Order: sequence, then structure tokens, then C-alpha cells
Amino acid sequence: MNIFATVGRVFLAFLALTGRVAVFTADAVSHTVRPPIFWMTILKQMLRIGYFSLPVVGLTAFFTGAVLCLQIYIGGNRYGAEAFVPQIVVLGITRELGPVIAGLMVAGRVAAAIAAEIGTMRVTEQIDALTTLSTNPVKYLVTPRLIAAVISMPILVAVADSIGVFGGYIVATNTLNFNGSVYLRNTANFITQDDVVSGLVKSAVFGFIIALMGCYNGFNSKGGAQGVGAATTNAVVSASILILGANYILTSVFFAK
Amino acid sequence: MSEEAKTKLPKIALKGVKKRFGPKVVLDGIDLSVGRGESLVIIGGSGSGKSVTIKCVLGIVRPDSGSITVDGEEVSGLRGSKRDAYLRKFGMLFQGGALFDSLPVWENVAFGLIQGRGVARKQARDIAIEKLAKVGLGSEVANLSPAELSGGMQKRVGLARAIAADPEIIFFDEPTTGLDPIMADIINDLIASTVHNLGVTAISITHDMASARKISNRIAMLYHGKIIWDGATKDIDNSGNPYVEQFIHGRAQGPIKMEVRR
Repeated sequence: MNIFATVGRVFLAFLALTGRVAVFTADAVSHTVRPPIFWMTILKQMLRIGYFSLPVVGLTAFFTGAVLCLQIYIGGNRYGAEAFVPQIVVLGITRELGPVIAGLMVAGRVAAAIAAEIGTMRVTEQIDALTTLSTNPVKYLVTPRLIAAVISMPILVAVADSIGVFGGYIVATNTLNFNGSVYLRNTANFITQDDVVSGLVKSAVFGFIIALMGCYNGFNSKGGAQGVGAATTNAVVSASILILGANYILTSVFFAK
Repeated sequence: MSEEAKTKLPKIALKGVKKRFGPKVVLDGIDLSVGRGESLVIIGGSGSGKSVTIKCVLGIVRPDSGSITVDGEEVSGLRGSKRDAYLRKFGMLFQGGALFDSLPVWENVAFGLIQGRGVARKQARDIAIEKLAKVGLGSEVANLSPAELSGGMQKRVGLARAIAADPEIIFFDEPTTGLDPIMADIINDLIASTVHNLGVTAISITHDMASARKISNRIAMLYHGKIIWDGATKDIDNSGNPYVEQFIHGRAQGPIKMEVRR
């Protein structure tokens, strides 16, 4: 087998996939400014993506904050810097762990659900049925999910940030003998608007990625149950990888400021 | 084009329509025309391109070449509001019903009215219940979920959805597949009466010859991407075409060779 031919084929397939995703994205985004806008569908999707993800994201954020507090205390203790635990916990949660952990959890929960739902609609001809009923399937299925995810994720992450800091506070005051009011004062004095806003901007981008990957993979699923299963897996894997890649790029951009 | 001139044209005409998926040629130059108020059934084996043909007419699948006209106007490549207006001429009954799981029965039936034509929900619901009655379903099913219905009831709801917006053309994709013979006959009667009463143009695709005979006044057979026979339903038994003979009698022996690996 010619290795150059194989590499070339894979590269061309990747370029073709990138082109298809770009066209799909442009089509979906263009419908955000072209009426009709399906407001009720957007609200329903905001409930599904944001509100119903709250328990899993909240629990994850709580334990992440708690573990972060313990680890920073152990590391800081070696240099006599354990007093900086509140500052580093809030910085880590708001800038990185809040958005990334929430993004990955929502990718697992929501991207999979969107891909399975739209994939099933594809293989049972429900998407073709939408077309025959004079309804653009991208406008009806994809655009509302994109808008809902971009709005819901920052709200979800703002709540997750608070729960994460609270997780650190509980461990610090109950296990590490920190004074509660001092811990909270140090947290509040240290955090800046940029820390919070950069995390929320990241989460909006992650929301867009999650909804886009769920919709794209569902929309292009083929075959029966196996095709829907593959679309679901691809949605979660691609959303997770893109979230981590986008996180690095966004962090670099925010650092360059 | 004047309305008088339009009435003299075939309602739907396909000329030299070709479509391939990768190396597989599905449609190899289809020529077919359907007159106003005519009920055409396309028969043919699985994978012969029947569904692709109607998906090409609807614009769900874009043909590689050829011409498709409806009311004398070329429809390939229609976009935006022109495409929406074009699609409002159609109703379609899908093989599996293709009902939206997330919506109750009445909203499935009224979907095209609410989303496609901007009819108020209250009025659309009344129309949906009226259409459900036309296919023999009472108002008690209106609030049920499609998952709570039997296969036959789902087909009826699909039929009610297809006729909800009073289309000019209705497509029926395998309308009796998966139904018991009695329910299949009920659906056939419903289709025949609907097409007759509404005066619509209909194209159906089916393997079921009993259904084809009952719901059509013309039959065309598709084989290897081409129309190999086209004639009146009453002439199907005297077609003189060995492919048609083999298909309508369901014989394993004949010119149609199935790709069976032993």
C-alpha cells in the first residue's frame, strides 16, 4: 500500500468534511436572522440544554471545586502558600474548569441526545417529511438548538462557577480549618470581571460547538439503529475534542490581551 | 403561462432524469409524465429507484441531469420562497408514516398548516380534526402521541397529514407495507376515495399488486433506472412484457435476476 496515497486520501476526506461542516454551519447561522424564528422551540431547547443539565453539571462542579481546593492546599503547603487556596480555586474554576468541565458534561449529555433525536428523525424520514410540509429542516431543527445552546451555556456555567467555588469553600472550612468569612473575602477581592467574562465567552462558544456537532452528526446519519449510534458517538467525541481545542485557542486569545 | 395553457400540459413531467450515488446508477434517464387528476403507480423491485424518483420531484434529492417540470415550469434548483411555494402543491404519505414523535396527532396533521402556511393553531386544530374524520379517525385520537397508535392508525394519520393542506399532488410511498391484508385494503380504499374526491394528481410506489390495481388508473414499471413499461392499469395483465409478467406474478424465474449470494 502506498503510504502517500493513504495520507493524501485521509487529508482530502478531512478537507471535504471541513467544507461540509462549514456549509452546514453557514446555513444554520444564516437562519438566525431570517424569519420565522421558532421561539417556542428555542425556549424548550433552553430547558433541555440548560435547566435539565443543571444537576449533573452542578454535582460535577461541586466535586471539582472540592478536589481543586484539596490539591492546591497540598501543593501550596510545600511552599507555605496554602493561604492562596481561595484565590487559586476561584481563578481555576471561573477561567478554566467551570466552562471546560460543564462543556464536556453537556457534550456527553446534550450532543448525544441531539444527535440521537435528529438521527432518528433522519432514518425514519421525518426530516424529509418536514421538507414536504414546506418547513426548512435546518431552520426548524438546527438553528433553534444553536441559539438555545449559546444562550443556555453561559447561564449554566455561571451557576456551575458558583457551585464550584462553594465546593472549595465547604472543603476549606470543614477539612482545612479555613475561616469562612476570610475565605469568601479573599475570593471576592481576588476575582476580576475579566476572569468571569472570559469563562462565560468560552462557554457560549462551547455551547455552539455542542449543538452544532449534535445537529450535524444527527442530520447526516445513515442506515438504521447502527447509523444513529455512530452519529451519537461521533457527536460526543467531535464536540469534546473541539471544546478542548477551542479552549486552548480562546485562552491564548484572552492571555494575549 | 395562462391557466388554460397549463391545463393542457402534463401535471408532472420527467425527461431524461439521471441520478447516481457513487458508482451506483439509480436513475438512468427516466421519462415519465403524469396528467392532471391521474393516479399513477410506479412498480419495481427494491432498489430500482422508485423512492428516488419522487424525492427528485420534491427536490429532496437533486438529479444529476434531466428536466423535471410541474405545471410546465422547471423545478430543478428552486430555492427559498419559490421552493416553499412549489412544495405547497404537494402532500406525501411516507412508508413508515414519518410522524413527528414529539408532537400530538393533531399537531402532526396540522403541521404544514401552522408552520408552512401560518394558519392559527385553533383553526389548524379544527381542520386537523376534520381531516382525521375523513380518514376514519375520531377526535379522541387528536391528543394522543403517534407512539400510542397502531401501524394502520399511523398510516391514516399520515394520510390525513398529506391531505391537510388540500394539495394538488399527493405521493404515496409504499402505503400498505407492513399492514395486515384487511388494514391494507382499508388504506387502499381510503387512498382511492381521497384521490377521486379531491381530484388530485397522485403518484404511488408499491410492490403490492393488489394495492396498485386498486388505487391507480395507470402503472409504470421501473427496472435498472429506466421505465420499461407504462400503460393503463387494466392492461397490466396483457402487457406482453416479460419483466412485468414476472413481477406481477411474483415469480423467481424470469428475466429479472435478483442478486442472491449462496
